[in-house]
Amino acid sequence: MFAFCDPRTVEGLAWFACYLTTGKHIAFYWSFGTVLLLLAVTAPLALAFGFAGAVAARARFLPLRLLGRTYTAMVRGVPDIVFFLFFVIALDQAIEWSLHQIRCPDWTEPIRTGLEFRVCPQAKVPPSAAPQGVHQLYGFALAVFTYALVFGAFAANVLHGAMRAVPRAQTETAEAYGMSAAQVFRRILVPQMWIYALPGLGNLWMILIKATPLLFLLGVQDIVYWARELGGMKTQAFDYPHPDWRLWYFLALLVFYLLFTKLSEIVIARITRRLSRGQATMAGEDLRRAAA
Amino acid sequence: MSCWDTLMDYGLRSVGIGERLLPRSDFTLCQQFVLIGSGLIWNIYFGVLALFCGFFLAVALALARAARAPLWRKPAEWFVFVFRGSPLFIQFFLAYEVLTLLPRSGIDIAIGPVSFNIHTAWTTRAWAGALFVLFLNTAAYSAEIFHGALRSVPKGDIEAAEAYGMTGWTRFRRITFPTMLRLAWPAYTNEAIFLFHATTLVFFSGFPAWQQRGDALYYASYFADKTFNPFIPYPIVAFYFVLLTLLLIAGFGLVGRRLNRHLPAAGRPAFRFRPQLLR
Repeated sequence: MFAFCDPRTVEGLAWFACYLTTGKHIAFYWSFGTVLLLLAVTAPLALAFGFAGAVAARARFLPLRLLGRTYTAMVRGVPDIVFFLFFVIALDQAIEWSLHQIRCPDWTEPIRTGLEFRVCPQAKVPPSAAPQGVHQLYGFALAVFTYALVFGAFAANVLHGAMRAVPRAQTETAEAYGMSAAQVFRRILVPQMWIYALPGLGNLWMILIKATPLLFLLGVQDIVYWARELGGMKTQAFDYPHPDWRLWYFLALLVFYLLFTKLSEIVIARITRRLSRGQATMAGEDLRRAAA
Repeated sequence: MSCWDTLMDYGLRSVGIGERLLPRSDFTLCQQFVLIGSGLIWNIYFGVLALFCGFFLAVALALARAARAPLWRKPAEWFVFVFRGSPLFIQFFLAYEVLTLLPRSGIDIAIGPVSFNIHTAWTTRAWAGALFVLFLNTAAYSAEIFHGALRSVPKGDIEAAEAYGMTGWTRFRRITFPTMLRLAWPAYTNEAIFLFHATTLVFFSGFPAWQQRGDALYYASYFADKTFNPFIPYPIVAFYFVLLTLLLIAGFGLVGRRLNRHLPAAGRPAFRFRPQLLR
């Protein structure tokens, strides 16, 4: 990184400046980006899943309603980490299995032989010849989908409750104006439900932040992976030998998460205030009085 | 080998009783059920002890948070913030690293002529180290719940107690504490459920499973890794945990009934399952 960085000669502060800018450390800093990216992609996706689940749970069509109810009930009672571990393998195998059925119809050997899961080479995802980056990207995509699926179920719970919390008088008035069911849903129910959903969704966001270290268990090279990798004892064989520093690396992660949680708390408080404007709630009434 | 033999061999495998070697090939459904069930012993051990010890610390923390003096309030607020604001997963890692830094040979303490040695090696083992983290973690989460309940104790109750001449400890013991507990109980039930769920993280986070004595999820992932088939072991874990959750809800429901026994049925706070999955 710096011109003066010769691991044999530098000392003191310069040593740290060099040590903290090695290629591996740069990768460590980027992995914070991975966490933020996961959050940025997962949160909207989970919200979409949750919205679909909540709408399905309200549907008149029975099978759809059952599907929605099952989805929202799925996460109850079972530790989520079980879902994380389960879905990543299950999804991977499901994709490969379906590709196998399409691409290799005349493959005769059984897929599950003893302790192995073997599909034809054309059905491998990603192809075994693919570069390392593609494998990592695929792993990340699987992780994102798993997170979205699990957190979507929680979001569905929250949104379902929020939809029921919108005062009946509001939708009744809309019906009296001659709006169709779809119009009532679109113009009255959805714009009003967010303020009721916000405490739950805010809580969910905090939980999502705190679930990100589990990426490590899904085989993604995230901050926990790098903290363990970089912090472990480095012997003289390495450029920058140092004793076991994992404690300091994990302390840094802890501080990162604490700051992130604090920041989220502040932002959520602001959004709550913003969404309360013009609502038929106590907070909305307070805002109106303050303005008047 | 019949299922009964498997039960005899592996039923208490997670605590080190029975067959030493885990099954390596030709896994039967029975083996998976028995081993994962035996791992559940650890989940229950962590959950019950952390919850029990955490309860007392949580009440103390909640009172400290409600105190007027910053000397008490500030440390309690920080404790709760640190443990609620960071992932349990990271807390486990951090605690493990801290505990491994303790000197291997133990700490020598000399008081006058008497000197004795405190062993420290055992603290890095999951049964002690992870339990300690879980204890602090659940104390922080429960403290938040109890603090909320403490603030919603009806003013009238306190005034009535004062009118009867109750003050200090008597008022706390007879009025404040039971009311707080009663109000907090539905939320505390949720906390208990999710604490049990959180125990599955122990063996995935730094703390090594000594001699392959792990919890339910540890054995499930062992089977999933060996057979490359997630569709059997993970649903078994799910089954056990749904069962555990139902048991917890029933048990806490009984206590809740006792706490509310003086109230008409309609006025009782109802338990609602509120997902709060990860920590």
